[in-house]
Amino acid sequence: MEVSSEYAVQMHGILKKFGVFTALDHVDLDVKKQTVHAILGENGAGKTTLMNILYGLYQADEGGIYLNGEEVKIATPTDAIKHGIGMVHQHFMLVENFTVTENIILGDEVCGAAGVLDMKKARQEVQALVEEYGFDVDPDAVIEDITVGMQQRVEILKALYRGAEILILDEPTAVLTPQEIEKLIEIMHDLIAKGKTIIIITHKLKEIMQSSDECSIIRRGVYMGTVNVKETNETDLASKMVGRNVNLTVEKTKAHPGEPVLSIQGLTVKDERGIDQVRDLNLEVRAGEIVGIAGIDGNGQQELVDAITNIVKAQAGTIKINGEEVQNTTPRNTYTHSVATIPSDRHRWGLVLPFAVSENTVLERHVDEEFGAGITLDYDKLKSYTTELIEKFDIRPSGCEDERMSGLSGGNQQKAIIARMVSAAPNLLIAFQPTRGLDVGAIEFVHKTLIAERDRGAAILLISFELDEVMDVSDTIAVIYHGQIVGTYEQGTVDENELGLLMAGGGAK
Amino acid sequence: MKALIKFLRKPIASSIVAILLGFLVAAVVLAVAGYDPLGSFGALFSGALGRPKYIANVIIKATPILLTGVGVAFAFQTGLFNIGAEGQYILGTILTSIVGVMVDLPPVLEIPLLICCGIFGGALLGAFIGFLKAKFGIHEVITSIMTNWIMLYLCNFVVMSDTFHKENSTSALPINTSGYTTILYNWKKSDAGIEFLNGIPWLKEVLLKTDLNIGFIVGILVAIFAGWLLSRTKLGYELRAVGYNRDAARFSGINVDRSIILCMVISGAFCGLAGSLNITGISPHAITQLAAQEGYGFNGLSVAFIAGCSTVGCIPSSLLFAGLIYGGMSVQQVMGAPSDIINIMIGTIVFFIALPGITNALADWIERRHKEPDPNEVPVAKDGTPLPKREA
Repeated sequence: MEVSSEYAVQMHGILKKFGVFTALDHVDLDVKKQTVHAILGENGAGKTTLMNILYGLYQADEGGIYLNGEEVKIATPTDAIKHGIGMVHQHFMLVENFTVTENIILGDEVCGAAGVLDMKKARQEVQALVEEYGFDVDPDAVIEDITVGMQQRVEILKALYRGAEILILDEPTAVLTPQEIEKLIEIMHDLIAKGKTIIIITHKLKEIMQSSDECSIIRRGVYMGTVNVKETNETDLASKMVGRNVNLTVEKTKAHPGEPVLSIQGLTVKDERGIDQVRDLNLEVRAGEIVGIAGIDGNGQQELVDAITNIVKAQAGTIKINGEEVQNTTPRNTYTHSVATIPSDRHRWGLVLPFAVSENTVLERHVDEEFGAGITLDYDKLKSYTTELIEKFDIRPSGCEDERMSGLSGGNQQKAIIARMVSAAPNLLIAFQPTRGLDVGAIEFVHKTLIAERDRGAAILLISFELDEVMDVSDTIAVIYHGQIVGTYEQGTVDENELGLLMAGGGAK
Repeated sequence: MKALIKFLRKPIASSIVAILLGFLVAAVVLAVAGYDPLGSFGALFSGALGRPKYIANVIIKATPILLTGVGVAFAFQTGLFNIGAEGQYILGTILTSIVGVMVDLPPVLEIPLLICCGIFGGALLGAFIGFLKAKFGIHEVITSIMTNWIMLYLCNFVVMSDTFHKENSTSALPINTSGYTTILYNWKKSDAGIEFLNGIPWLKEVLLKTDLNIGFIVGILVAIFAGWLLSRTKLGYELRAVGYNRDAARFSGINVDRSIILCMVISGAFCGLAGSLNITGISPHAITQLAAQEGYGFNGLSVAFIAGCSTVGCIPSSLLFAGLIYGGMSVQQVMGAPSDIINIMIGTIVFFIALPGITNALADWIERRHKEPDPNEVPVAKDGTPLPKREA
């Protein structure tokens, strides 16, 4: 592709190696002015690395960057900002107890005489910016008091305040509710109309279809081409990204539920501030069925899982596993009752990132005699066991037994957790947000694994904030609102609208 | 060049580079102050290694800081910062002294008893600090510093008490000789011993003019044991998991509170053992009144950091540290340069070790400089058109 001023950004022949690993192998990117350009790829494909090079966080080993047809050198983020590039990271970089205005001007403060901060002027400038772009943000609000969607808008404002013409959004929808996603897409189109160019990194196909004009696909560090979004469809994009045909619908046979494995009666759990998060909740999960809990984040899902796994105390009620009460004991006790849990926050609860992959795969099971007699731990055994799991669950890169867990991509970290949990052959498998931040290929794998575990005879409790996931995978759908189950349905007997209404409290007494 | 890059990427490289930089900075300081750096370093080395007696003294000096170093490194690898090594060391000396004065058994019983007392003292204090952290979330650094001073004054209290005070001195009564761990303590002073040693002058010098004791051998065994415990046992695995990610450890069923307490118990035990070996091995075999912290615990911190917090690495690191301190005294005697230069050197070494990744950055830099560009390579876009070559 010729270098031309028709393009806001062109990156040609970008090569980036980390040691012997080639993260990007001569990747090209051509972004037309005033378009939304999506970069699609699996976890670890190199999308974020490419954008970090554009933003000056990494240096390419080879290749050139051209903005509006001119070659530029971008050695640091400061250079990038100077060239009118702004980046909104997946994890926001905001000071929680500062106001919106303070956050926006941080690092680029408006100063009066003698370097005194002129907050009045700063506030006016921010207000003008908010009005210009029609953002629904209060410049005086404190960050910790506003919603995640608004925080994201503050991040975008921060970039615009610094004069960004090209905006990079890294996985912008990962943390948003469906309504907030709609609003974000609206904002994106608005920005385009005002002359900006947007690059969005994502692996959510639906959102690409809704928001983008063009889409460049990267597979394992190799550029696979650019497609016009209007001329393609989700299935096509998915197979281009993964390199094989992907089944976007979940295939499963009818469930044959057996005896109840998990039964919860009148459970009440307070959070650390002493507020009831789970209120008098009743729930039953039988062997051989998947019970999916639909609900908006913050309606007691975290506390429910924490109580079952004995991370927090239950104030009232009973939790029975195969008829035995386990509430208010220890996490170890829940585990010995054959309960395995895929946690929602894998970095916090699921993995010891500085540990080797092989050390991570035996958390929980390290006490077994199988992994060392007496007090010793048999690292050779650990390794051979992990090799088996790596093959069985296709954890990449193969041969990563001795690598640190932190070196694996998000999807492969999740695979490692699932491998660890499933290999314990649990009677009850709790999957809390099991596909959070995963791409379609990995999501397909997770869903297949959950169904395979169900067919093995395990009881599965699936808790997800993605309504589609709950509706596709579950045999029984329960809706949680305000710490209570407000409705239970067989799969196929309820539609999205009805569930959505219940999730928002519409059906509650 | 490749070998150099490979070496620089190893963890041990940062310690070695830091030590070299320490000597370099010390040389500059010496030169600026008007002393001959090479001559000073010569005095340093001959003061540490010049005679068998000197070497023996370096080993003796290395013993307590090896053990406190292992204690600190052990705790550090499990995510705890045991700055209380000093206090645990002191409590080890106190208990060893008290029991050593009051109980007189045959050496085969007395020595193990006294060593156990020291271990118990350190472990007890460690347990206290660990308990406060596990149950009430009080940071170990705060409680450690406080217990360090409590132990110092407890030591002075015991020294000055009627039961233990040795008249007309600032020290307590020495322990019974049955508890001495000095090598061949009785034999070397007997007629037969002296006669035998007269035939071997270097051995005579080492045995009669120093308090050479079993301590360092114990220290080596403990360092290896601690390394094994951390890297080859289920307990060590759990302790490290708690150190790296307390939440994930708890989620996987590990008893986190117990792990924190246990880690401090083990770390404290090593420090208490250091105290015990100093009392049983070195004259005056008694605790003395302390005006300030003796620094065995704090020097243990430096030893552990120079060793990159590897317990086995503490063995060479403690010898280096002791060699610098002991040999440093000669710098003052021979060259007239203040021995404070040694503290500058040690400070510099620890400072450079505290800069993580400095050797990696160095390796990257060398690699970039020596990367041979391929003249035939022309970057090509996907459609085959050659791209403008990037400027070097």
